[in-house]
Amino acid sequence: MMPSIGQIETIHMGKYILRRVLQSFIVILGVTLLSFLTIHLSGDPTYLFVSERASEQEIIETRAKLGFDRPLPEQYLTFLGKLVQGDFGNSLRSRKPAIELVLERLPATLELTFCAMIFSITLALPIGIISAIRRGTPVDGGVMLLAMFGQSMPSFWLGIMLLLFVGLQLRWLPISGHEPILSVMLEGNVGGAITALPEAIRYLILPSITIGVFSLSRNARLIRSSMLEVLNQDYIVTARSKGLNQRGVIFKHALKNAMLPVVTLLGLEFGFLLSGVVVTETVFSWPGVGRLVFNAITQRDIPVVQAAVVTFSFMFVLLNLLVDILYVQLDPRIRLS
Amino acid sequence: MTQTPVTTLQIDQLAPQYSEWRRARDSLVKARFPILALIILGLLVFLTIFGPAIAPKDPNRQTLVDRLLAPLQPNTQGQVIYVLGSDVMGRDVLSRIIYGARVSLLVGLAAVMIGGALGTSLGVIAGYFGGYIDDIIMRIADIQLAFPFILLTIMVLVVLGPGVLNLVVVLGVAQWVTYARIARGQTISVRAKEYVEAARSMGASHLEIVVRAILPNIVSPLIVIASFNVASVILSEATLSYLGLGVPEDVPTWGKILAESRDQLLAGKWWLAVFPGVAIMLTVLSLNILGDWLRDFLDPRLRGNR
Repeated sequence: MMPSIGQIETIHMGKYILRRVLQSFIVILGVTLLSFLTIHLSGDPTYLFVSERASEQEIIETRAKLGFDRPLPEQYLTFLGKLVQGDFGNSLRSRKPAIELVLERLPATLELTFCAMIFSITLALPIGIISAIRRGTPVDGGVMLLAMFGQSMPSFWLGIMLLLFVGLQLRWLPISGHEPILSVMLEGNVGGAITALPEAIRYLILPSITIGVFSLSRNARLIRSSMLEVLNQDYIVTARSKGLNQRGVIFKHALKNAMLPVVTLLGLEFGFLLSGVVVTETVFSWPGVGRLVFNAITQRDIPVVQAAVVTFSFMFVLLNLLVDILYVQLDPRIRLS
Repeated sequence: MTQTPVTTLQIDQLAPQYSEWRRARDSLVKARFPILALIILGLLVFLTIFGPAIAPKDPNRQTLVDRLLAPLQPNTQGQVIYVLGSDVMGRDVLSRIIYGARVSLLVGLAAVMIGGALGTSLGVIAGYFGGYIDDIIMRIADIQLAFPFILLTIMVLVVLGPGVLNLVVVLGVAQWVTYARIARGQTISVRAKEYVEAARSMGASHLEIVVRAILPNIVSPLIVIASFNVASVILSEATLSYLGLGVPEDVPTWGKILAESRDQLLAGKWWLAVFPGVAIMLTVLSLNILGDWLRDFLDPRLRGNR
């Protein structure tokens, strides 16, 4: 008996997902290899783990203890084995497990990244659409010029400017501080999280804008151009000629298709925002992974930097996998190709 | 047997050499913004070359009696020396910004050259030969893309320590994927064209085919990407300098001036934070505008996100 089209689709779908999962696995393996090799770039990594005044004896002991005297492939396997258990070694400063330090601060960072994403997407959508509809008008020109500026500023500088003028000059919003929501929620105290929300948002506004403006600018431009492209398609012209009004054309037909390239970018977007987090958290003294990494950089605390980088990369890979799987649900053309 | 290659001669005569330049000039004048961008970038190149001659003071010269003077504020002797103010060690902000232009521009250009050369070579190889070579190169590209780029550079620089060469190499290598992907795609699309077939049938070697027939036909999009890429490398350099990971202590950069402004913000010393940021923004904005124009000029089909 011939399988139905639905069955064929399900098979294709399963194959596609399997392939993507496998790919992600290889990528994650690559990420671990890369972060392992980075440590060895300087020649003998032992010196990264001892103080500058360490004695010869101390250096030899540390080298043996961390296994840097073994052959590289063996070291990598040991590294992998420990990594699976979340063991990146102890922080050279606080002597606590590095991964613990990272995970402790992850909720604050996720709150910030999430807010920045909401800020950038919810504004980019209407701005891009209006710009596309009003193509060639001063509105369009002005918005696109602003977007150009938004893409040309270092985000941390925007943060400094907001801090200076909105925070210090006008005193509208706090320039540092953080009211935890996510970690409170994870402890099961949902009520506490909800009462803390208004205060938390006040702290979140400036850093979220700082991180989000670059993506907002890029997304607005992207949505505008993909909207313009869609508006020229035959099916839109047909819909128009059948007498559908502007609003109907935009919301029923154009928007859905114009959103596709934006959805693909969502996963990359998250990773991009995460990168912006490191420097923005420093500007606003946000108690997240970014500031942890910044402090670890200044103290050359290698295990903490490594743990943070690998954690971020894992999240990034998993999120992209998720987005790709969601994407085929939205756009069936990919499934069969 | 005295036949001359008539066809090429005729084509040369039909299309005078300067026409392309004239088209570029006309298009620039019409667009206005790119002209402004070119002027700003010209100024930047000028500062890079003649910075030491123009800068009013030695950028590292500390004059502690003149600490933290606001722009145009006279010092204790009643002279106005510091047009853009002075920093916490009494160094001239304007001079530091002028010297900072060197680092930004040189790091930006050098990194893009390294990344562009590496990425284009690997991309062309992947696209030209295909098969497992292609698979390996592009899988490595995927892995690198999965690493949030700034984190990768941070980690490498923490291990290697600061230094201009380290910075340039790390930022350069981080860029290769962009070029490789585009070069690969373009190579695949021209690989089967008649002129490549013709070169092959005439017994040209792989290297000759790539250099003579493929590269000239895929270079436009790469140039466009490069101009945007210089902009983003300059942004990354500023970020890394701000984090204290860029160049050594005695080299002034825009990012570093911003980092030093950190402790002075609460005291309201705004000039330390405003001017270097404006310098970065104008530079990056100019490069982005120029990139947009180049894209329209060289290859209107690429007009994706305008």
